[in-house]
Amino acid sequence: MKKFLAGLLTFLFVFSTMVAFAADTIKIGFNIPLTGDIPKVGEASKFAAEMLKEDINSKGGLEVGGKKYKLEFIYEDNESKAESAVSAALKLIERDQVLAIIGPNSSKQAVPAGQVCNDNRTPMISPWSTNPDTTKDRPWVFRAAFLDPFQGPVAVNFASKTFKAKKAAVLFALDNDYSKGLAEIFKSEWEKKHGPGTVVAFETYASKDQDFSAQLTKIIAAKPDFIFLPDNYNEVALIVKQAHDLGWNGPFMGSDAWGSAELMNLCGNDCVGHYFSTHYAAAGATGATKEFIDRYTAKYGYVPDDVAALTWDATRLVLQAIQDAGKITGNVRKDRKAIRDALANIKEFKGITGTMKFDEQGDPIKCAVVVRISEKGEFLFTESVCP
Amino acid sequence: MLESVIQNILNALQWGSYYSLIALGYCLVYGVLLLINFAHGDIFMVGAYIAFFVSTLLLGHYGFLPFALPKGLVLALTIPLTMFLTSCVGVFIERVAYRPLRRKGANRLYVVITALMAGLILENGNLALLGASRKNFPELLDKTVYTLGSVAFTNVKIIVILAAFLVFWLLNFIVTKTKIGMAMRAISYDRFAVPLMGIPVDTIIVFTFVLGSSMAAIAGILFAMSYPILDPYMGAMVGWKAFIAAVVGGIGDIRGAFVGGFILGFVEILVVAFFPSTFRDLIAFTILLIILSIKPTGIFGVAKTTKI
Repeated sequence: MKKFLAGLLTFLFVFSTMVAFAADTIKIGFNIPLTGDIPKVGEASKFAAEMLKEDINSKGGLEVGGKKYKLEFIYEDNESKAESAVSAALKLIERDQVLAIIGPNSSKQAVPAGQVCNDNRTPMISPWSTNPDTTKDRPWVFRAAFLDPFQGPVAVNFASKTFKAKKAAVLFALDNDYSKGLAEIFKSEWEKKHGPGTVVAFETYASKDQDFSAQLTKIIAAKPDFIFLPDNYNEVALIVKQAHDLGWNGPFMGSDAWGSAELMNLCGNDCVGHYFSTHYAAAGATGATKEFIDRYTAKYGYVPDDVAALTWDATRLVLQAIQDAGKITGNVRKDRKAIRDALANIKEFKGITGTMKFDEQGDPIKCAVVVRISEKGEFLFTESVCP
Repeated sequence: MLESVIQNILNALQWGSYYSLIALGYCLVYGVLLLINFAHGDIFMVGAYIAFFVSTLLLGHYGFLPFALPKGLVLALTIPLTMFLTSCVGVFIERVAYRPLRRKGANRLYVVITALMAGLILENGNLALLGASRKNFPELLDKTVYTLGSVAFTNVKIIVILAAFLVFWLLNFIVTKTKIGMAMRAISYDRFAVPLMGIPVDTIIVFTFVLGSSMAAIAGILFAMSYPILDPYMGAMVGWKAFIAAVVGGIGDIRGAFVGGFILGFVEILVVAFFPSTFRDLIAFTILLIILSIKPTGIFGVAKTTKI
């Protein structure tokens, strides 16, 4: 009996490895937050990726060097935690032997996971991370989003012009790389433009906090012209509501982390009329972008947010690089190297979030848009800012 | 300046109310069983979720009711229903997790670990059942913002603070003035002699869990009304901090838990008000540590000697 079981196990093992080698598949890993603080972000990424996979697999697969390969996407949940993002990346690299990794989305996870991918020589591309540290001095790490040093000034200039603001207040999450990095860039840019001391309140909270009344009381007492919130959508909903409870009627300015499809479900009327900078505006899109939005909306029942569009672009970038690399050898290490080189060689890419050019750090140079939240809860295009 | 102080006192009273209500639940169970019920923070979360489902059901969101009830009536029905259902959850946990261990005479340490696990099961069970996306709690009360000078407060804020005091008064009455309260105190005093006097220990323990869980349910409803975004982990941090509040107040004494909750609320809010908010938890918990090192039994606590 024992021998039989052992034989069966050996057979299964050999058989499964044979299947893995025999099938002509390309494995790509996704390191995304399916649970945790920002589950909608992970869901959007997964939905966009699934849509792309179906597109390509229904045509027989991705053509590389004259041969068609089926795509296999592996989704790992990073629970929106830095430590889980690291283990998810390792799992994808070691166990699943993926050729490239898409994600993590937020900088909080992308910065540490980027280190792991770089050390393990696996190409990684973050769709949504805007913190400069994600790709800095990491030849194996790329991204599809613009950077905070660009987004910060966009917010500064827009608020100065639209709100005619002279004094700003900032409330950000101290333990979130994205939020903290952007808040600091905003502060230095604002003070460069309006003089020192014009950021009248610079307050922090911790990611799991639910009560912001003390910080908001302090901010409102400092009488700023507007409040800058570089925070995740779930916290934004709480902050905006509580600010209104404390008698604040002035404007808010947000960043790209606001742009989730879930924002309006959570925030409702309190968020109407406020502005944030983001990667693309769904309302009023044209061409390939519109086609993507329409198909996504028909398939999943809601308008795709920026993460969905950026994941689409990031995944297409990787597929483009695989095609450029010319062939799949079956040796994972060699293939990863070839894909990385091909990614680094892409000079210009027409994505649905705009045309990107890549600099030597692997960061795209692309335009940002500022959107206004309309009464119907749509994100309306207001202004486009290009570098 | 004065106005900002008044505003912060109001904020702190509101924030402290949640800690107090949750700390009362910790304290009740600890007082009777000498068990730190670490699942309590998650029972608070379950309470908020139950309130969400009860209220959306009554508001006619699922098409289950042929008519939608007015908001005021929904709120009036949600409170008792949520309290009832949440106490069922609390009693269920006691029945399946704590009582078997107690029967087998397990060391208290094991029961505490069981409580931690029960809490994690509630969190992750919720995550598995309802998914990770947040729930938006419906507005059951038309929120009005009152402003006096630059002090702003909402009707919800006032209700929360009043409710906390009312609940405390009621609980204090039950524990000190009624027969069942006397039995609770007696079990806490000597668990082995009490059954000999003909007091049904298990019934009293179940009653304790009903009381504790209903406190958590009230806290959950009030919390969801002021911070209307529910997620499966909302109870974890608040629960931990409320436990600290109960210890600082002197765990085992309900006045201690109540006062401890407000102390923690005030410390957290006032630290942010007068120092950079970055240092909030650092300064807040240093202050609590100092209180504990001066009076290790907590503010209302009495030192107990164990005879071997």
